[in-house]
Amino acid sequence: MVEFLQFTLSGVVFGMIYAAIALSLVLIWRGTRLLNFAQGGMAMLTTYVAIEVIYHTHSYWAGFVVALVAGLVLGAASELTVIRPTAGRPELNSVIVTIGLLILIEGLAGIFFGAQYRSFPAAFSVTGLKVGGTPLGVSRFDVFTAAAVLATTLILAATFRYTSAGLRMRAAAFNATIARLSGIRVARVLTVGWALAGLLGALAGVLVSPSTFLYPNSMDAIFVLGFTAAVIGGLDSPTGAVVGGLLLGIGLNYVAGYWNSNLTSLVALGILVAVLMIRPNGLFASARMRRV
Amino acid sequence: MAIIVAVIVAFLSIKLNAFRDYQIAQIAVEVTAVAGITVLTGLSGQISLGHAAFMAIGAYTAALVLLHLNWPFYLVLVIAAAVTAVAGAVVGIAAARLHGPYLAGATLLLGIALPSLALAYPGTFGGEQGLNVIFTTPAFLGVNFPPTRWQAWVSAAVALIVLVLLANLTQSRIGRNWRAVRDNDVAAALDGINVAAARVRAFVVSAACAGLAGALLAVITGTVAPGGFTLTLSIALLTAAVIGGLGSLPGAVWGSLVIVLVPTYVTDVATSHGLSSTVGANIPIAAYGVVLILVMLVFPQGIQGGLLRLISAFLGPDQKSRIRRTAPTPYVTPSADQAPASQHEKEGSS
Amino acid sequence: MKKSQRLRWQAAAIMTSALLGVAACSSSSSSSSSSSSSAGSSSAALTASAPGITPTTITIGSHQPLTGPAAPGYSEIAPASTAYFDYVNANGGIYGRKIVYKYLDDGYDPTKTASVVRQLVLQDNIYALFNGLGTPTHLAAVSFLNSEKIPDVFVASGCECWNAPSTYPETYGWQLDYISEGKILGQYIKQHFAGKKIGFFYQNDEFGQDGVKGLLDEIPASMVVSKQSYVPTNVNVGPAVAALRASGAQVVVSFSIPAFTALLKLTSLKLGYNPTLAVSDVGSDPITLSGLLEAFAKQGGATVNGNQLTNGIITDEYLPALSSTDSWYTLFKKIHDQYEPKAPLDGNFFYGMAVAYTFVQAMFKAGRNPTRADLTNAIDGGLPQGPMVAPFAYSSSNHLGVTGAYMGTIQNGVVVQQGSVLTTDTTATGPIATYTGSEEQAPASGIPSASS
Repeated sequence: MVEFLQFTLSGVVFGMIYAAIALSLVLIWRGTRLLNFAQGGMAMLTTYVAIEVIYHTHSYWAGFVVALVAGLVLGAASELTVIRPTAGRPELNSVIVTIGLLILIEGLAGIFFGAQYRSFPAAFSVTGLKVGGTPLGVSRFDVFTAAAVLATTLILAATFRYTSAGLRMRAAAFNATIARLSGIRVARVLTVGWALAGLLGALAGVLVSPSTFLYPNSMDAIFVLGFTAAVIGGLDSPTGAVVGGLLLGIGLNYVAGYWNSNLTSLVALGILVAVLMIRPNGLFASARMRRV
Repeated sequence: MAIIVAVIVAFLSIKLNAFRDYQIAQIAVEVTAVAGITVLTGLSGQISLGHAAFMAIGAYTAALVLLHLNWPFYLVLVIAAAVTAVAGAVVGIAAARLHGPYLAGATLLLGIALPSLALAYPGTFGGEQGLNVIFTTPAFLGVNFPPTRWQAWVSAAVALIVLVLLANLTQSRIGRNWRAVRDNDVAAALDGINVAAARVRAFVVSAACAGLAGALLAVITGTVAPGGFTLTLSIALLTAAVIGGLGSLPGAVWGSLVIVLVPTYVTDVATSHGLSSTVGANIPIAAYGVVLILVMLVFPQGIQGGLLRLISAFLGPDQKSRIRRTAPTPYVTPSADQAPASQHEKEGSS
Repeated sequence: MKKSQRLRWQAAAIMTSALLGVAACSSSSSSSSSSSSSAGSSSAALTASAPGITPTTITIGSHQPLTGPAAPGYSEIAPASTAYFDYVNANGGIYGRKIVYKYLDDGYDPTKTASVVRQLVLQDNIYALFNGLGTPTHLAAVSFLNSEKIPDVFVASGCECWNAPSTYPETYGWQLDYISEGKILGQYIKQHFAGKKIGFFYQNDEFGQDGVKGLLDEIPASMVVSKQSYVPTNVNVGPAVAALRASGAQVVVSFSIPAFTALLKLTSLKLGYNPTLAVSDVGSDPITLSGLLEAFAKQGGATVNGNQLTNGIITDEYLPALSSTDSWYTLFKKIHDQYEPKAPLDGNFFYGMAVAYTFVQAMFKAGRNPTRADLTNAIDGGLPQGPMVAPFAYSSSNHLGVTGAYMGTIQNGVVVQQGSVLTTDTTATGPIATYTGSEEQAPASGIPSASS
């Protein structure tokens, strides 16, 4: 019973990381109808930036903030330089461009930061929390991780729903032509969307790197599960991203704990296929399905 | 025509050194697999980010048959292709209802999850260190015939056969059905085409190609292990198809040349400039990323499309239009602008 | 149909030109194999006695994971070997020849390994393959190397599969194999923790599985309450550690790489679980572990300290401890500071230099104008143990490397030896003996003498 609690709680923490990546993918999908395969790589790069800042200033929070800012900048810069030129072209081209971006980022990280593990600090203590002597399987830092992702999600949701900037973004995603006719600068909105996605990715990076150690490929596996979470939840739905992330995080923990840790990716595949068979556009899909 | 190319390949493989023979074999393997993907994604509009899984199925089938049954090589290839085709049918049936990024996600995870079966059942599949594959040159060639040359011949022959078969297939009614389904599946259904069957058929064909490629890979490298069928391989296959020119068979050749030759070339350049081997190992990776981005920005229809445009610049108008019809066709997410107004509004934004 | 015919001609033309393009950028070198007789008197002229050997150079190759998920840690080894070779080259070389070490990246992907090894042999004409890293990767190269009769020396892997003189006569191990290591660790656990509950934490590949096999040769199965495995691609070891804790294991024996040893420690901390840890040599280097855990030491109000977390870890070692009282450490530190000062001088670096030292010893023994067979014959005749704490097993019937190790515990970032060096073999019932010989001291010049 204790293990069940531990699996569930630590599953929530990992799940929120996947949710952060999933949310960044959803943001980009809703805005530009593209899959950003470089999201994990961008998160890794901003985390390297953070660790250099932390190393030189000896302040964790300085690094944290710089990472988030770097995420904004990197996201916007990517959209402006390599994604914008592919607009109007076949979508698969943009996907290949993001893959190229991912490969480029990983190569650059290897060149400039080296291939060795870097230890990334946690904001708070990593000693486990206990309730009456029973270890819960999570630490203060884990609680911070889940809370930070949740807070960011809620802030973004509120921004979308209650501010005019958010309204503009929703309009541009819904129908770019009409939005333009309404005077919305759609191009700028797209850039902002990518920038916010970059921020979410950077957040995921600094939160998960204490557990994965930082090296050029450290975000690859996290990205795959984040992508899976986004697909499970439905690429149009931020709620779906969070639900998908939690489902994967907790579910895979149960599989690893009670069954066989070698089977986690197969089970993830099973969950994905099961969900998509019932709802081919994800759990929270809104688009009408055509049966052909 | 194929015979001419075969003779040229054989001639080259004798003239060039043994390592180039190996590269010819590598290129042929990639061509076999990439041709399958370019048909699947370019012609029938279904994206696959996990084709390395099919290569793995073909490779492990070949390895297991050779290990336990020791049947002749051509039979092993046929069995590998057949088994993978069945797997392709299964995946295709599951995938027939999925579009765009959802299909991408499912195939991505398939590509990652399937090789982990080898780790979960190490007794049969050899675990992480994999299985050994022994492949000998036939006796009639004599004892001094270099094995790498024989591998190059066999792989090139298989690749050529696959290309010829696919060329015929794409010109046939099946190929036309694929294009119809890709461009507008509602219209195709109204036209009486069985959309789901066409989609599954595409998966079967491309999986069989990948399975063949995997079996060949097992033979030329001498080993099958899960570490050889990574996400990187799946992505390399797709990028090769797109870079070469999606939907075009010559494009499959271009793309394969790029992914086999460019990294080696750049590594050699980097190390010959005295850069440390570790930095030198990352430069080809960064350079490959740059190549992908540049080719997509400059040649949106891939190398084949770019070449055809160049050629058509020198031709007259009716020849130009004929070229345009054979040019690689762009891949567009089928249900891209489909969500109607009311649905979107209802969904809101979290 | 005309269109399809034209397509086919297009395809043919393109493929032909492509292949011609490949031909054009190829180098026309082919592997030659001229070998002349080897040994001569010390004043004999240097000749090109084998492929890869010229009067001035010896070219060797390797496949290493320089990129990809396996690169952290392992990518330090080849630069360390290069540093030692540079030192030897600057101080007379091997009978005056300089060693050229060309190592290529295989990203720990066996398909790529097959390709780069063929490139090294068929195009770069290496004399021998040195220190190929990884078990699944090297398995992709071993048949080819043996069929081409390329010496395949000192594989960087503890698999006992390299000990196959009849099927792979060119292949030699070097480091302590995982089964022997498991036996030595297991015996220590059996002797010092009798009656306690033991748990295993191991990497789910041949490294971990062989280690467990060795452990179970010594530890009675009744003592083992839990066996949990992990794969390097999945950093979430929470469920595994929770299972270990739930089983009540008081001692955990870990066959893990350093990253996962660190994760084991951190996750145990999170679960309030504090077993005694015994870790394989592969994953216990104190400097690497401290580096991985260092970020957790620098926090305001933090209760964890990098070095503290490694104190008390039990491990085995077949190389000397990295302490200034050891002559090998002094020598390697001097070379490190001169040739690779920016790299950390940790267990991986030490490994790279030590295996390079053994290679240089073997090359000196092979003679002034060695053929490829001279190298393998030299190793078959046995090699002095050099920096190793126990003897090598090399003979014409045994291609395994070092035969033993000493047990130790980590105190303040250094492994402190407990007891004497123990030697054993890979069989289930082979005894574990105390090694009565002594360690060799590093030569004053830093280069092994030409006469072994």
